[in-house]
Amino acid sequence: MRGRQAALIVRIAVLASLIVLLEIACRIGLIDPLTVIPPSDMVSSMVDQIGSGELNASIATTFSTIVLAFVLAVIGGTAAGALIHRLPRLRAVADPLLASYYSVPTFIFYPLLVALLGLGQAPLVVLGVLSAAPAVVISTLSGFDSVAPVLMKLARVHRLTPARTLAWIVLPAALPHLFTGFKLALSYALIGVIAGEFILSGTGLGYAISFAYQSFDNRTMYGVMLFVLLVAVVANGVLYVWEGRLARRRSRG
Amino acid sequence: MNGESHVSLREVVRLYDGPPAVQALGPINLEIYRGEFLSMVGPSGCGKSTLLDVVSGLARPTSGSVRFEGRELHGKVPDGVGVVFQEDSSMPWLSVRDNVAFSLRTSGLPKNEIADRVDHAIRFMGLAQFAGHYPAQLSGGMRQRVCIARTLVLRPRLILLDEPFGALDQQTRLLMGDELLRLWRETGATVLLITHALDEAAMLSDRVGVMSARPGRFIDLVETEWPRDRDSRVISDPKFGALTGRLWSPLREESLKAMGRAA
Repeated sequence: MRGRQAALIVRIAVLASLIVLLEIACRIGLIDPLTVIPPSDMVSSMVDQIGSGELNASIATTFSTIVLAFVLAVIGGTAAGALIHRLPRLRAVADPLLASYYSVPTFIFYPLLVALLGLGQAPLVVLGVLSAAPAVVISTLSGFDSVAPVLMKLARVHRLTPARTLAWIVLPAALPHLFTGFKLALSYALIGVIAGEFILSGTGLGYAISFAYQSFDNRTMYGVMLFVLLVAVVANGVLYVWEGRLARRRSRG
Repeated sequence: MNGESHVSLREVVRLYDGPPAVQALGPINLEIYRGEFLSMVGPSGCGKSTLLDVVSGLARPTSGSVRFEGRELHGKVPDGVGVVFQEDSSMPWLSVRDNVAFSLRTSGLPKNEIADRVDHAIRFMGLAQFAGHYPAQLSGGMRQRVCIARTLVLRPRLILLDEPFGALDQQTRLLMGDELLRLWRETGATVLLITHALDEAAMLSDRVGVMSARPGRFIDLVETEWPRDRDSRVISDPKFGALTGRLWSPLREESLKAMGRAA
């Protein structure tokens, strides 16, 4: 416990000193304000934009898109993983494809998605799901593989139906693995959606960043970037804490 | 020893799917009497666990028949049979209480009846203080008790145990043996225990079946003639040594065979 606390303090100290260094470098003119603005300005820009409500529409669009993509990826990815796990032949085909999936930039299909689905929320949701779902599929497979055979025997001793075996034994037993996939899925959905908005979209936080960038409005751009960064960190932190709580129950102490 | 037949095996053979198909078990003929404590010993790999799978209905015999309470098994575990495995089968995501209650989730019993049974089983296995704990907080022996309690709430008429104490230290094993005897006496269930420990078999059982190297067959069936009211202290009885020796002599030969050496 003491080791972990020490690591946390060091981590925060490193981050804080980097931020302070950046602040100083910007203030003394070592870094051109057209490149990076001081972190304190980023914070005040973020606070201004959130306070004025000008970002509300963008926040609503972006996060509803991310949440939708994440939920679809979790449900669809878990279902697909469960199905592939049940069918060894399908798995033999799918395994190498899944293993190499992330070496292909799914992102290049975004223009195609826009052409197919129009310039609304739909292509962004699809892009988010395409980025996030395979991570869930992969973690579902490894999670289902990890279920102790004796627990499957237990299910048979209790004459559980396949649905109950899944709900009562397999999913809870595999949950720690599934969680790893969920965390990745959240990050990938966020990256996919915001990057998509950045490239080709008329709304959302990614678009706001891109628009500010093209109008040389550094203050706005860094403010929105900081906001996106904070939200990503907080969302991951929430999953991390939740996961830790589940894991603590299952480990000694 | 005689009595009403509870489980009956006729010419049971079990092959493992090949290629090449391996005969794992049999042919075996066996009557297990209602209320008896029967143990099986045999060299490793002789098919003891396969025998338990076949008796429980988890595995179908390749040929021959298994009857439980007069009805033939068809690859399904019948009502009234409880199984305790060698591996820890407690569910780490459930508390001790929920682990024990798991068996009754599909029972359709009223809630208070379930709670009563779970409480009783938890108390019976000495787990009352730990009802709210999770398996990870318990020792291996305690976790195995959780698994036994989970079987107990089903009020099984036949309890099958596959080396349930295999992973425990010797002292814990002796004490768990006492618990098992108490459970057997109080429930009146029939017990089939698979073990590799001769002393365990000699101490606990009414009868001990000695199995041959693969494919497992009975080469001896020894009656211990212990009183029903017994505990681990029988190990200081001179008869205990004689009994263990009696089990070891046929088993020694088979174990050498299993190791690939001539007797």
